[in-house]
Amino acid sequence: MKKTDQILFFAFSVCILFLPLILKESYILHVFVFIGINTMLAIALNLLLGYAGQISLGQGALYGLGAYISAILSAKYGVNPWLGMGVSAVIVSAVAFIVGFPILKLRGHYLAMATLGLGIILYIIFNETVDWTGGPSGFPGIPNLKLGSLTFDNDVANFYLVWFFALITMFLALNLYQSRIGRALRAVSDSEVAARIMGVDAWLLKVKIFAASAFISSLAGSLYAHTVTFIAPASFGFNFSVELLTMVVVGGLGSVFGSFLGAAILTLLPEWLRVFHDFDIVIYGLLLILIMMFMPRGLAGLVSHLKAKVYVESK
Amino acid sequence: MLKVSNVSKNFGGVAALRGVSLTISKGTIAGIIGPNGAGKTTLFNIISGLYPQDEGEVFLEERNISFLSPEKLVRLGLVRTFQNLELFGRMTVLENVMVGLHTKSSSGLLSCALRLPKQRKEEKRIVEEAWKCLELCGLAEVAEKEAASLPLGQGRLLEVARALATEPKIILMDEPAAGLNTRETTGVADLIRKIRDMGITVVLVEHDMELVMEVCDHISVLNLGQKLAEGSPREIQDNSAVINAYLGED
Repeated sequence: MKKTDQILFFAFSVCILFLPLILKESYILHVFVFIGINTMLAIALNLLLGYAGQISLGQGALYGLGAYISAILSAKYGVNPWLGMGVSAVIVSAVAFIVGFPILKLRGHYLAMATLGLGIILYIIFNETVDWTGGPSGFPGIPNLKLGSLTFDNDVANFYLVWFFALITMFLALNLYQSRIGRALRAVSDSEVAARIMGVDAWLLKVKIFAASAFISSLAGSLYAHTVTFIAPASFGFNFSVELLTMVVVGGLGSVFGSFLGAAILTLLPEWLRVFHDFDIVIYGLLLILIMMFMPRGLAGLVSHLKAKVYVESK
Repeated sequence: MLKVSNVSKNFGGVAALRGVSLTISKGTIAGIIGPNGAGKTTLFNIISGLYPQDEGEVFLEERNISFLSPEKLVRLGLVRTFQNLELFGRMTVLENVMVGLHTKSSSGLLSCALRLPKQRKEEKRIVEEAWKCLELCGLAEVAEKEAASLPLGQGRLLEVARALATEPKIILMDEPAAGLNTRETTGVADLIRKIRDMGITVVLVEHDMELVMEVCDHISVLNLGQKLAEGSPREIQDNSAVINAYLGED
């Protein structure tokens, strides 16, 4: 990790730690629980899209798979939720690993179509296997996570629970960026053929990072299931995958802090966009187009651009 | 060192290479020249494992390397550069060279994410080695620049620096001087000789005849997918078939 990132991460963690003291038991704290979950999901997608340059439109479904496996294990079979969370993450990343081999042979639009297909298949499974998932009407009664006598059933506890995982995810992703594997991923993104000439097994590396992305998405899904205690397929459909994509692009491809910014804005945005009802997806689409046109490196890119400008002018 | 035996390649009925055989001896600078469309880059793509050949075999130090993938070949000591720069544009010059050290390091996904002590030690070594390559190629001053922002001359040098970082036995260079001015070309010529003197075999595809004639120990001429001639620079310059291929017959 670069020195500036270390300082930024430390400062960010401190802010997060004290946020509940400032926000108290308010609605905004409740929203911050979801910002934490979405930050994890955005980083998971960013590992693929921002680091390795590989698109996935099936992230929402991997997130859903983690949520459903956790829900089924804990509510139907009485498995300890913590254990269930770990088991889901292993299963979901194993699914991604196996599916990854054929689909990550594909590039560009074809990969987008294949991951879209994966998302649709899982979404249909969530809807149709009613005995397991409760189908379209949802899966109620998922137990909360517990730690000793502490039950994660209120916003403050959930905030710390989710952000514990989100901060770890950010930390690991930041470490990865400036490392042998991080460089290999970015090399694949910039020129796959040159990366291979340099000895990077691009295909295997893409499959591995897809599995890692699925692991994080699954953890986020389990956290969602156990904090909300009710899940339904609608949360894990194509719209949500597009929303995640928007978070990553708005925040900045390859930027971990950008993923947080993107997640924060896109999680808060619906609160502001309520007036548009079902047309919010149109706003997301519009946002995506405008950002690609005017700030291709996202908010993180804008920040570093402004920083460089100030630096030059102060000289 | 490198032996190409009877290699043929067709692209949808068009024969790009027709039974080409070459032998490149260890520690030399071997040139491959020929008019546009002669099949030079196709030959490079086949040797470096990017395309499969339709027929024929390639040997590296007696070992059959036909159909091996590029990521395996670099571990055996064969690496190449690209005519149309294939740099990692959004990474710094230093990072580009650090990718070249991928096979000389081993930290995996988890140890990178967790930043284990062993990984940190390795990272330090990678940085040191990368700097050495940058200094050798005269790129130390631009180490922190984004690769995409380099002018062509430095971009071509970075291609070479990155390839050298893999510690190759043999390096295939695809037109390292194309588009460069005289001064830059002289720099490339000096660098090529320096690389040979390090004990690395160099195979050069190049259009700049002056450079080829100046640095190469041995030259092979391709024309229309076939080997037209081979020999020392002097022999090639005097070969009437070569002159005809380049200038056209009367």
